[in-house]
Amino acid sequence: MDSMEGNLALAKLKATYPDSILETKEFRGDITVTIKKEDLLSIMQFLKDDEELKFNHLASISGIDYLKMEDVEGRLAVVYHLYSFKNSRRLAIKTFVSEDSLEIDSVYSLWKTADWQEREIYDLFGITFKGHPLLKRIFLPEDFEGHPLRKDYPLKGRGERSRFDYEER
Amino acid sequence: MADEVKEILTERMVINFGPSHPATHGVFRNILELDGERILDAEVEIGFLHSGFEKLGEHRTYNQFITIADRMNYLSPLSNDIGYALAVEKLLGIEVPPRCQYIRAIMCELNRIADHLVSVGMHAVDIGAMTVFLYAYKQREIIYDILEFVTGSRMNNSYPRVGGLVSDVPEGFEEKVKDFADHFLHTVDDIERLLTRNRIWVDRNKGIGAITPEEAISWGLTGPILRAAGVERDIRKAEPYSSYDHFDFEIPVGVRGDSYDRYLVRMEEMRQSNRIIQQAIANLPGGEVNVDDPKIILPPKERVYHSIEGLIHHFKLIMEEHGFQTPKGEIYSATEVPNGELGFFIISDGTNKPYRIHVRAPSFINYSVFPQLVKGHMISDVVAIISSLNIIAGELDR
Repeated sequence: MDSMEGNLALAKLKATYPDSILETKEFRGDITVTIKKEDLLSIMQFLKDDEELKFNHLASISGIDYLKMEDVEGRLAVVYHLYSFKNSRRLAIKTFVSEDSLEIDSVYSLWKTADWQEREIYDLFGITFKGHPLLKRIFLPEDFEGHPLRKDYPLKGRGERSRFDYEER
Repeated sequence: MADEVKEILTERMVINFGPSHPATHGVFRNILELDGERILDAEVEIGFLHSGFEKLGEHRTYNQFITIADRMNYLSPLSNDIGYALAVEKLLGIEVPPRCQYIRAIMCELNRIADHLVSVGMHAVDIGAMTVFLYAYKQREIIYDILEFVTGSRMNNSYPRVGGLVSDVPEGFEEKVKDFADHFLHTVDDIERLLTRNRIWVDRNKGIGAITPEEAISWGLTGPILRAAGVERDIRKAEPYSSYDHFDFEIPVGVRGDSYDRYLVRMEEMRQSNRIIQQAIANLPGGEVNVDDPKIILPPKERVYHSIEGLIHHFKLIMEEHGFQTPKGEIYSATEVPNGELGFFIISDGTNKPYRIHVRAPSFINYSVFPQLVKGHMISDVVAIISSLNIIAGELDR
C-alpha cells in the first residue's frame, strides 16, 4: 500500500511536469494522477523509461463516462493502469477528453497492448485514438450505431434487437 | 518443360479459421492470408459472444455481479469470483478472516489445476494425442466433485461473497482435498511421460509461436505465456493476496517463450499449486469465514426468523434498491488467475451498485498477440498456438 507522501513516482512526476498535473488522489492505496490530455504521450514515455520508476507494464486501459456523477467536471475519461515489474508498484493515470474533441493520443507506440484495448474503448465509448494503426470496432458490428457503455445508452438497447434484419432464404 | 513450370501462377489465398472451428474452443474468427501453407498475415475478428457484462454490472448490486464474474471464464469461475470479491473488499476497506483466505486460496489452486488440465489436455487433443486428454479429464472430474461437494455446483460456482463465503466448507472437505493432493502428482508425471519427450509433441510445439520477453511485456501478456518467455512475474508473489505469502512455492519460467515452454510452465504450475493446497490444508485455521459486519454479510437464518435485528439486516441487504453501500472512490485490484492477470477496475459513486466496472480480462489481452505469433508459421501450427494461449471466449468478448 502506498501513501501519497513519499511516493517516488508522484514526486518525480510533479517535479518534471508541474504544469501538466491537474489532480492527484489516493484511495485505499491506489494513486490516481489526472493529467492534461496534451501531455499524455510524453508523461507515459517518461514513466516507462525513467530508470528508477520503470512502469514497463500497461496493465489496463479503461474508459469512463462521468455523465451521471455530478461532482466530476468533464464527461469522458480514459484511465491507464501502469505497473512496474522492477518496483512492484502501481500507478493510475487519468485524462479527460472533452465532448467537442473526442480525440486522444494513442499509446500504441509505447505499448502494443494498447492496440485492442484502445479499440475496445473506441467501440464502447466513441473516444478516438490518434496514431492507432487500425482503429475500428472490436466487439460490435461495424454498422452499429452508438456506444453502449456511455451512460446515456439504455441497458436494454435502443431497439437493435427488434430492428435486426436477416435474410430470408 | 522448364518454361511450363515458370508459368504456373501462384496466388495468395485467404481462408477463414472459425468462427466455428473445433480448435478454437469458442466462437472467434481468424482470417488467415496464406501462401501455400505458410501464413503471411492474420487478422482476428472477435465479439461473437459479447454480452455486455460491464454494462450489466452497472445495473446489479455488488453481490449480484458475482454470478456474472464466474461466467466470464467458465473454466476457472472460482478464481474470477474471488478476484472480484477481493476487489470489492478493497473498495470497502475490509479483510476477510484467515480461514476464509485459506479456503479461497485452496479453491483458487484447485481451479488453477483444473484449468491447466483442460488447457494441456485440449492442447494435446488438438494436435492428435487423445490419451492425455482422458488422463487430464479424469483428474479434473475429481476436482469438480470436490467443488460440487463444497459449492453445490460443478461449474459457475458463485461461492464467495463480498466479505466472506456463502458458507463454510462442509465436514469432510479436508480429507477429500488431501486425498486428491496426495495422489494428483502421479497424473502430472503420467502426462509428462506421454508428452514431454514425445517426438511428435516436441516437433509440433518447439519453436512454434515464440515471443521474446520484451515483446511479451509490450503486448501486456501475463500468466503462463509471460512466464514461458522467461519473465518471472506472478501476482501471488509480487503483490500477495488471500494469504499467498504464507505458502512456500516457486514460479516456473521458460526460456524460449514458445508453445512447448507454455506447456512446461503449466505442468510445473500444477505441481506448485498442489504444494500450496497441501500447505493450506495442513494449516487450515479455524474460526469464522465471514467478516463480522451485518451490514455486508447476510445474518444466519435463525437470527432472521427469531430476532428483529436479524430480520432488518436481512431486509436491508436483500430488498431492491438496498444492499451494502460502498464509499466513493476508484480502485484497481488484480489477482493471478490461471490465464494471467485478472484486474477489476471499479468506480463507486457511494450507492449499492458500481458506477462503472471494467474487467481486465487476461484472455482478451493475451489473444491480441495472436496475429504476430502465427506469422511465418504453417497453417497446422495455428492450432498449436491457439491451444497454448488457452483462450476462453466468454472472457475474450465479455
